[in-house]
Amino acid sequence: MKPIEWLTQVLEVGAALAAAPLFQGWVNQCRAWLQNRRAPSLLLPYRGLRKLLHKDAVIATNASPLFRVAPYVVFATMLTAAAVIPSMGTRLPFSTAADAIALVGLFATARMFLALAAMDIGTPFGTLGARREMMVGFLAEPALLMIVFVASLISSTTALPLISEHLATRALVLSPSLAFTAVAFTMVLLAENGRIPIDNPATHLELTMIHEAMLLEYSARHLALMELGADLKLLNYACIGFALFIPWGSATGGAGPLALAAAIPALALKLLVAGAVLALIETLSAKLRVFRAPEFLATAFLFAVLGMLVHLLLGA
Amino acid sequence: MPPIPFVMQLLNSLAALLLLLSFAMLAQRRVVTLVNLFALQGGVLCAATLLLAWRTGDGNLYLSAALTFAVKVLVMPWVLHRMIRRLGVYWDTEPLLNIPGTMLVGVLLVVFSFGLAQPISALASTATRSAVGIAIAVILLAFLTMITRRKAMSQVVGFLSMENGLFFGAMSATYGMPMIVELGVALDVLVAMVVMGVFFFQIREQFDSLDLDRLESHKGER
Repeated sequence: MKPIEWLTQVLEVGAALAAAPLFQGWVNQCRAWLQNRRAPSLLLPYRGLRKLLHKDAVIATNASPLFRVAPYVVFATMLTAAAVIPSMGTRLPFSTAADAIALVGLFATARMFLALAAMDIGTPFGTLGARREMMVGFLAEPALLMIVFVASLISSTTALPLISEHLATRALVLSPSLAFTAVAFTMVLLAENGRIPIDNPATHLELTMIHEAMLLEYSARHLALMELGADLKLLNYACIGFALFIPWGSATGGAGPLALAAAIPALALKLLVAGAVLALIETLSAKLRVFRAPEFLATAFLFAVLGMLVHLLLGA
Repeated sequence: MPPIPFVMQLLNSLAALLLLLSFAMLAQRRVVTLVNLFALQGGVLCAATLLLAWRTGDGNLYLSAALTFAVKVLVMPWVLHRMIRRLGVYWDTEPLLNIPGTMLVGVLLVVFSFGLAQPISALASTATRSAVGIAIAVILLAFLTMITRRKAMSQVVGFLSMENGLFFGAMSATYGMPMIVELGVALDVLVAMVVMGVFFFQIREQFDSLDLDRLESHKGER
């Protein structure tokens, strides 16, 4: 193992941890601008986390150990995922731990613990949120797997860094299959991160909330970890998207420290644009009824399957 | 694998877009949007024909591209929109079968047609032979659109979309049918439109609706 690879690894995880609340803040700021509101500070998520970490945790008397463990599990899985995703460089010592399919499994683990913890206390809101989350999850997961399969077919490997490297270094071609999967991935990202067509991250209205309903019983450091986990999840999804669809700019292969230094502003630029686009999509679309969510995700699945079929037939 | 020339990449992308539009039509509830999607499909078809004509230098293909544009992008959507206005079915929505289910059946149809197209593509010598599968898929998806609809208007749009698929198939397998056949088909479709227009008004006069389910209970008295 070369030291530069370890440096990339440490830098990636550190940057993900530090930038995740910032990315969330940036998306919120863009949303506020687009909706003609005065934007909250970019640092608001950090302040929220600091406030939560200083408080005393209140836990329901009938909470099982699972309820206490879940925030740590969710946070740890998201951090592990951040270590596997090639956001700056493609040579990561840690990436042999999980390929793209295992990565989907990691996200599923986090979701399962989140839903179990939400049902643990036995309040109706938690149960309701958990059920809805699982409904969205079981529909989004096959679509995400299908997206991974298309990228794996094109580059004939399931390791995410190698896929990203192959896509970044091959000749530039017009690829309808990748275009279709990019659309599918955007839809999955919106659904999985509780964004507007499926869930509204800013609402606490009983009838519509999904993600927030699951966190209602949490407080203080547990809530901080859960929120940081959610921020990390959004950043992870964005970085998967970059790795698959905009792989240029990250340090590929045995590139030196110079390429790594260039990869940092490249990633920042991508996140800046992606956050603005995400906010734009959210502002332009209306929230779907819960029972329309299957249609939305079936469309995402369809896009991914079409991408695969088009790739198999046209070789493009 | 040698890199594919850029024109072929563009053609492949257009073919993929054609397939996507077929799925969009399959999932669409609104009649007006359905007609717009049909016009868009005609536009994509026209672009593909133009591109192929430019690549092969075939004068006939230019003519059929012009014909496609005139008939499928301008005249037919215009006639359909006029009919929608005159019949007052502007905001008609279709009680579709469950959309995700229909989509899955559509995906199976695409797989089936890709299998079906394999021997045809193996025989064809054109540069676009791999798109034959997409053409067959467009035809079958249009069939599915017709089967899952109840309103006469959407069934007609499905029928017209099927003709788009046939045209694209002929184009990608043999660089287009003989000109005389193409002219005949275009004329046929136009005449069919007129006849169906008459039928629409007759059906509505009889049943006060364009819902074709009501035809089944009609025993033919009077």
